[in-house]
Amino acid sequence: MNLSQAIIELIWIVLGIIAIIVPVMIGVLAFTYAERKVLAFMHVRIGPNRVGPFGFFQPLADAIKLLHKEIIIPAVADKFIFILAPVLSIAPALAAWAVIPFAQGWVLANINAGILYVLAMTSFGAYGILLSGWASNSKYALFGSLRSAAQMVAYEIAMGFALIGVMLAAGSLNLSQIVLAQSGGIWHWYWLPLLPLFVVYLISGVSETNRAPFDVAEGESEIVAGYHVEYGGMAFGVFFLAEYSNMLLISALVSLFFLGGWLSPLQGIPGLETWFAWVPGVIWFLIKIIFFSFLYLWLRATFPRYRYDQIMRLGWKVLIPITLIWIVVVAVAARFNLPPWW
Amino acid sequence: MLENYFPILVFLGVGIFIGLAPLALGRLLGPHKPDAEKNSPYECGFNAYEDARMPFDVRFYLVAILFIIFDLETAFLVPWAVIIHKMSWLAFFGMGVFLLLLLIGFIYEWKKGALEWE
Repeated sequence: MNLSQAIIELIWIVLGIIAIIVPVMIGVLAFTYAERKVLAFMHVRIGPNRVGPFGFFQPLADAIKLLHKEIIIPAVADKFIFILAPVLSIAPALAAWAVIPFAQGWVLANINAGILYVLAMTSFGAYGILLSGWASNSKYALFGSLRSAAQMVAYEIAMGFALIGVMLAAGSLNLSQIVLAQSGGIWHWYWLPLLPLFVVYLISGVSETNRAPFDVAEGESEIVAGYHVEYGGMAFGVFFLAEYSNMLLISALVSLFFLGGWLSPLQGIPGLETWFAWVPGVIWFLIKIIFFSFLYLWLRATFPRYRYDQIMRLGWKVLIPITLIWIVVVAVAARFNLPPWW
Repeated sequence: MLENYFPILVFLGVGIFIGLAPLALGRLLGPHKPDAEKNSPYECGFNAYEDARMPFDVRFYLVAILFIIFDLETAFLVPWAVIIHKMSWLAFFGMGVFLLLLLIGFIYEWKKGALEWE
């Protein structure tokens, strides 16, 4: 391969990346708007309604406001790490989208070890939070990042075990093949045969992203804002973007692993299947992502924050035993080809 | 094989750029008037009592150590899970023994109170 070919290939890759990042960023903006509106309606309030029709341009106004705020670097902070931390939290949150198949063949990097890569990238987010708390040299920030790190590692075990079940069922680490292994209609998606693992993955996904009811890392009523208490302006904005793109990412991953990704839910139903055959797979995938994103907001509006010891108890003493037992069940079922699924 | 990973490398680079660009823009567009009070660490309005890097609870270390054990186990389970239909019975039950040992360790940790947060 000569140089000009390599450059052309690089340009195609960058175009592909832009084609992924732009929708993700629009999704993040829409998500912040949706969060405020949905929470408002659940509280019987109106929510943002001043900027544009129905307050639709509120996220843009927020972004412009954040850009014009001062980025304060505390005098006692470790300056290099303080700046590095938000970058370390957004880069993996975006880079994980490289292996997400949006429809049959619509994937930037179709790697064989897709699940492992996704696990690596989602746990990389812990570094951003841990380093931000350490670099700020502020007590609240340090407490927030310690809590978040311990919570993330606790739930990551449950998350990893839940994914072992998916690997057992699909026999592959490639995300596209995992989706294809679920084809055959809504009863063949892994949410049903792996129901306990689906629930565990969903709960640990919420906990990994530090969202309510597991948001003790931010806990504004006890440790002010946790790890990003010293961050202002766009330095905070980058953390914010990372958190929301992580939530979208977890929604996408739950859809891929347990709800059949881009597969149509009407598969195998005579009549309906042919009527809706024109709907492209990416639309079904989007609907599933939006459903789980809405679930995040619903959880936030419904549940009070857990206490820290309750979070650790749930992670270590409930989720891990459930996944351990269900891994054995799935392994035996897969090995002996037990009906109805294997 | 390995060239499949090249887009990921580029994507990480773009991700780092997307992290740095808003910071640079914020620095350019925003005001920059530091003073001693503004740059002091936040502690509910008064001056910070001491350095924030004081000793913290040892249980955080314990959680980290337990995490390493369990995460290693996940790493062992991955190749086994992928070839569940192709391997020998020895390999299948070998992992059963491994899981059993791990389960005993887990019960031991539980009984010792390593998982308690009062």
